[in-house]
Amino acid sequence: MEKLRRTMLYVPGNNAGMVKDAHIYRSDSVMFDLEDSVSINEKDSARLLIFNALRTLDYEGIETVVRINGLDTPFGLDDIKAMVRARPDIIRIPKADSADDIKEVEAIIEAEEKLAGLESGSIKLMAAIEGPLGVINAYSIATASKRLVGIALGAEDYVTNMKTKRYADGMEILFARSQIVTAARAAGIYALDTVYSDINNEEGFINEVKLIKQLGFDGKSVISPRQITPVHRIYTPEQKEIDFALRVIEAIHEAEEHGSGVISLDGKMVDKPIVDRAERVLAMAKASGIMVHEDDI
Amino acid sequence: MRVVKTGIAGTLESSDVMITVSENTSKGIEIELQSIVEKQFGKQIRRVINEKMEELGIKDATISVNDKGALDCTIGARLEAASYRAAGISHVRWEEK
Amino acid sequence: MAKNAANREIPLSLPGFENIKPFEGAFENTPLVRRDKGVRNVPKLNKLIDTVEQAVIKAGLEDGMTISFHHHFRNGDYILNMVLDVISNLGIKNLTLASSSLTAAHTPLIEHIKNGVVTQIYTSGLRGELGEFISNGNMENPVLIHSHGGRARNIETGTIKIDVAFLGVPSSDVYGNSNGYTGKSACGSLGYAKVDAEFAEKVVLITDFLVEYPNTPFSIHQDQVDYIVKVDSVGDPEGISTGATRMTKNPRDLLIARNAAEVVFASGYFEDGFSIQTGSGGASLATTKHLREEMIKRGIKASFALGGITSQMVKLHEEGLIRRLLDTQSFDLDAVKSIGNNRYHTEISASYYANPLNKGCAVNKLNVVILSALEIDTEFNVNVITGSDGVLRGASGGHSDTAVGSGLSIIVAPLIRGRTATVVDKVQTIITPGETVDVLVTDRGIAVNPRRKDILNRLKATALPLYTIEELKEKAQRVAGTPETIEFEEKIVALIEYRDGTIIDVIRQVKS
Repeated sequence: MEKLRRTMLYVPGNNAGMVKDAHIYRSDSVMFDLEDSVSINEKDSARLLIFNALRTLDYEGIETVVRINGLDTPFGLDDIKAMVRARPDIIRIPKADSADDIKEVEAIIEAEEKLAGLESGSIKLMAAIEGPLGVINAYSIATASKRLVGIALGAEDYVTNMKTKRYADGMEILFARSQIVTAARAAGIYALDTVYSDINNEEGFINEVKLIKQLGFDGKSVISPRQITPVHRIYTPEQKEIDFALRVIEAIHEAEEHGSGVISLDGKMVDKPIVDRAERVLAMAKASGIMVHEDDI
Repeated sequence: MRVVKTGIAGTLESSDVMITVSENTSKGIEIELQSIVEKQFGKQIRRVINEKMEELGIKDATISVNDKGALDCTIGARLEAASYRAAGISHVRWEEK
Repeated sequence: MAKNAANREIPLSLPGFENIKPFEGAFENTPLVRRDKGVRNVPKLNKLIDTVEQAVIKAGLEDGMTISFHHHFRNGDYILNMVLDVISNLGIKNLTLASSSLTAAHTPLIEHIKNGVVTQIYTSGLRGELGEFISNGNMENPVLIHSHGGRARNIETGTIKIDVAFLGVPSSDVYGNSNGYTGKSACGSLGYAKVDAEFAEKVVLITDFLVEYPNTPFSIHQDQVDYIVKVDSVGDPEGISTGATRMTKNPRDLLIARNAAEVVFASGYFEDGFSIQTGSGGASLATTKHLREEMIKRGIKASFALGGITSQMVKLHEEGLIRRLLDTQSFDLDAVKSIGNNRYHTEISASYYANPLNKGCAVNKLNVVILSALEIDTEFNVNVITGSDGVLRGASGGHSDTAVGSGLSIIVAPLIRGRTATVVDKVQTIITPGETVDVLVTDRGIAVNPRRKDILNRLKATALPLYTIEELKEKAQRVAGTPETIEFEEKIVALIEYRDGTIIDVIRQVKS
């Protein structure tokens, strides 16, 4: 079953109160940020806070992600050394422009995993693409490492680089979004959309989530717990989709029972993409609280 | 590690703690504790501080703590950050953790 | 046989009438009626007294008596301090104070206790410095903490005999007809005050808004009132009522509110004609947002809301989603306006609200109540009055009344506040016994009282995160650590009276 990544909740890495409770809002992932939300004077303190939190607290199965500082800053290397030992599920690399950015980080992680006596490959990677070069290199970034499970768009820096700004309809980042989700699909990894900063504009937020779902994104970064439910609601499959997915699974069981190698439904062949989608739909339905009992069919 | 100047870390926000580590003119670890949960967790907070000081190898220090209900892991993190700052050491030895 | 003052012969006794009193004249035996009929240039008949001091004297207040106040003016109250200052200056001592509750505005009471003016207190709540003062053992007699219903019961059965009630009212006419929704100090329902007005020996009204006679509609009526004093201000309007109660934006409270609403929907109690009471803030009030959405979706209307009425409840009523409002305390100006204008928003006395020994109080017909808690233990006992440090900082209020009366009582609270666990082995103080508490909803899980297998089975069919109360307690301890046990002195500083008059718990002096 595929891991759901509909929502990734940003948590400022130096905020002790938020760090300890991040998981109660039940987003699919929680991202502790050591980068833009932490002031330069507090990088060392935030690093220790997140290290301790990850080692001590029980985040009840919610996926943990840490956004480190870039290797081009005085902080990136220490972040990696610390976080490899803190064991979050994922380390997120900011401002990835090329495959080399990923490979550099991966090499250090490998070395530190060895030093720490940890199983190689245990920590996964994500990359944020935040500039035009990164957008152009999206596919090579997406395929730069076996550890890389997803790429995300960071729109704020991107539009600044592009000499424009953010608009409600998102046209200015349409190319970036399309490029990233296409690269992700071609590479077989996840695509996450950028944050929506106006927490009080519920309608605008919902419109944007509908758009990115239509574009094929797996989910969105959220900066407030209030944004989580709307995303999950929009990513909840409709009953038609659920019913069809259940029939696909049933068709698979039938084929297995009859020892048939070919699965068919309504006279059409059911191939892998359809099976994958069916599993994804059922996983989302279950996560949305719609009780789906596969064993009932 | 030796304390050579004053190091401060943490905030006074809810669930955080502000810790100041400075030189102690006399020997040993001296703790000045102010906590909103003094009665319930005063002893535990002191235990956490003493353990962390031993882990860091700091024998002499004055530690001033203003606690707003921080968990043990937060206290440990802030204390360690303040200690490194007080020792003037900029890189934590992660290999030893 | 003798002739009476109307020149008629009246026998002095007859079979069935042992003691006949002959007519003595139209004015002789009714002192309140004016004798100067026909004399036009005198002040209209009134009960006005110039100063509070004169009223205290006229009311015959003496050492050792019981005085009472209400807390409808909340943190904006001037009345209690005003009256006690006067009483203190008159040198009166050893009074029993029966105030429906005491707030942070009543810190000056500390001086009067120290000076022996007040030596006994009956109240529902103690907060701020006054709460600390009592917790530190500074009163010889323990305070008696009662619920709202318990206070009404005490007064009606004579356990608390009020000698003089000093009732601040937002408006009154010269003869004593008062209501709570007119004037600059409008507070809405006068539910607590109504009980005092009915049962006190002497009733002194203090108002800042004298209106033309008769002040109808009225909550307190002229035939209950002895004296009226007009002052500049009975309270600070900003402390009395906010504009409209604001719904919390705190994401933790909103999360708890969502879960609580889901519990209500799945409980079997969410049906057309159900009744509801919520608290006035935080997660408790925020559930109304979700209730409203689902009520509209399913076409369910509530028969009444009880409380503690806020603008949210008023809006739901005006939208047609709640048929009637029963109001013992109005929390904001929207509620005040509504109770003044809408005959279906009805003021009820504290006795009607929750007195367990009258002929049937409002909480008996309540379906769902959503309450808060400072602490709850593994037996589901709830503490709303002392902090985890054992110091008095809350009120009994309507908690135990509504918990037992309702069909479904839900407690909403964060599992941990800062580093203080809400779910504990044993609460510091029991206000509401666990056998009346049905469900606990926290931000990290929901626990159902094992007594309610019906609710448990219904909730199991949902995706709500269910745990046992022990599991929640252990979760809290794993995160926050295990606190030291608070130490107390032997001395008892407060008795906690359950709504029926029995004592359910005691509070001891904290060790300094």
